[in-house]
Amino acid sequence: MYCVFRENSEQQYISLIKGENMKKQNMFTKEYAWRGLMTAGGLLVIAITICIGAFLIYKGSGTFTIFGHSIFEFLGSTDWNPEDNAQGGGTVGALIFIVGSLCTCGLALLIATPFAVGSAIFMIEIAPKFGEKFYRPIVEIFAGIPSVVYGWVGLTVLIPAIKKVFHLQVGHSVLAAGIVLALMIFPTISNVAADSIHSVPKDYRMAAYGLGSTRWQSIYKVVIPAAGSGILSGIILGLARAFGEALAVAMVIGQTTALPKGLFSTTKSLTTEIAAQMGNATEGGEMKTALWTMALLLFLLSLLFILLIHYFSRPKKDKE
Amino acid sequence: MEAKKANDYKFDISHLNLHYGDFHALKDVNMKIEANKITAFIGPSGCGKSTFLKTLNRMNDLVENCKIDGNVLLDGKDIFKEMDEITLRHRVGMVFQQPNPFPKSVYDNVAYGPRIAGIKKKSQLDEIVERSLRQAAIWDELKDRLNKSALGLSGGQQQRLCIARTLAVEPEVILMDEPTSALDPISTSKIEDLAMELKKDYTIVMVTHNMQQAVRVSDNTAFFLLGEVIEYNDTEKLFSIPEDKRTEDYITGRFG
Repeated sequence: MYCVFRENSEQQYISLIKGENMKKQNMFTKEYAWRGLMTAGGLLVIAITICIGAFLIYKGSGTFTIFGHSIFEFLGSTDWNPEDNAQGGGTVGALIFIVGSLCTCGLALLIATPFAVGSAIFMIEIAPKFGEKFYRPIVEIFAGIPSVVYGWVGLTVLIPAIKKVFHLQVGHSVLAAGIVLALMIFPTISNVAADSIHSVPKDYRMAAYGLGSTRWQSIYKVVIPAAGSGILSGIILGLARAFGEALAVAMVIGQTTALPKGLFSTTKSLTTEIAAQMGNATEGGEMKTALWTMALLLFLLSLLFILLIHYFSRPKKDKE
Repeated sequence: MEAKKANDYKFDISHLNLHYGDFHALKDVNMKIEANKITAFIGPSGCGKSTFLKTLNRMNDLVENCKIDGNVLLDGKDIFKEMDEITLRHRVGMVFQQPNPFPKSVYDNVAYGPRIAGIKKKSQLDEIVERSLRQAAIWDELKDRLNKSALGLSGGQQQRLCIARTLAVEPEVILMDEPTSALDPISTSKIEDLAMELKKDYTIVMVTHNMQQAVRVSDNTAFFLLGEVIEYNDTEKLFSIPEDKRTEDYITGRFG
């Protein structure tokens, strides 16, 4: 009886070990398979980014290499009259669009930042429960509204309002584009800022209260400085989004090829000009190539913004 | 023991009950805390000693669903009815379990309290910073790195910096919530020496997990268990001839 039991248990034990080994092997096969898949996904993203960059450089450099324009003409001249054929001979000054983009985005940033940072403080510090349950989801919905809707609302509500308030003939303007963009980047800045305020350790707040701070003092003197780099990242991310937006801006900016003279001028931006002309331009023509160069410029700008974000959100080294 | 005059006591707590939602965290606590002495709170985890400490400068006000009944008098004045929490926290400072300096320079950390109280003059701030760091016995170590980030200091230095930061507000009472539990033995003994030095000018209330620490530094000790004060007495008496069986069991290591 004892013997049988023992034999049995030994056999069981051996088969158990075998089973374990099988399972283990199986486990590692899966491990490698999944790791391979993830690695492939990661490499694909890197490859696509590099390809897009290389393609833009290839296409966009044509303005300078094939058509022989100088980089200073492209960046510094307002004379925009490229020929729509491969012979070239026109002018490719993109300054109007560059200034148009800078003005509208700068204005959007000026309008959106105070509200967005305020809203982030509100949802994390002032009303955390309400903020988490209602306010934040609403801001997230805000972020998800398609840009055509923003543009359309701007066109039907904002432009008549601007006309009426400022007694203008035309409501399309830098101001209208700035406001629409501000609305669009508000949720981006607000969410990123809220995350970074949320990640400020509770210890800092306790220390501030323990020293007799009021709530505002602890927010203003401790929490915001501690979250500063994250808030700045949010602002830059918002700026990047504003630079890339074409549709909504095109609907309210007025689309005239002239430098803006003030808030109420109509003008064009890099993105709106690309979107407006790319369908009509002949492949390989001077016009198309100049548009590619503008696309390359946008790509480089967004690269710059990403670098800035990394610079600001890098882990702080102790300044020894 | 001679009869003590009323003004020998800094805090007079009577019938204090505290609830976190449905949880009865402090049960009818009555205690008088002597001025210019170190009072230690001991007891197992979750016994309410930290909660009680935080009641003394109303840090529990920041906790949701926290309900407090009873009277806490600071120099005869009710801290809940006759004082706002900001004034109270200026008078009753706090040092936390984990050293928590702000991510600012050493100087800005110490100057934080005076600055929020409205002091702007550089010379006056300089003076306060130096005095506070000297009081916390860390001036010599830090005088050459006042503009360096406080996060680069060692844990023990950070904790003494936090004490200096508290001193800069010129409180009357300093609450210490297990101030050495995150520190090594050498830093711990420095903090203990400092506490004993500071009691000349301040009243110190200290929560500690470490009974030897209570014996070494405190004048009076309160033993907490399940939200009640089981025994409160002169430290020497409490540890040599405990009156309550539960105190004896705890200090002889039978539970805890």
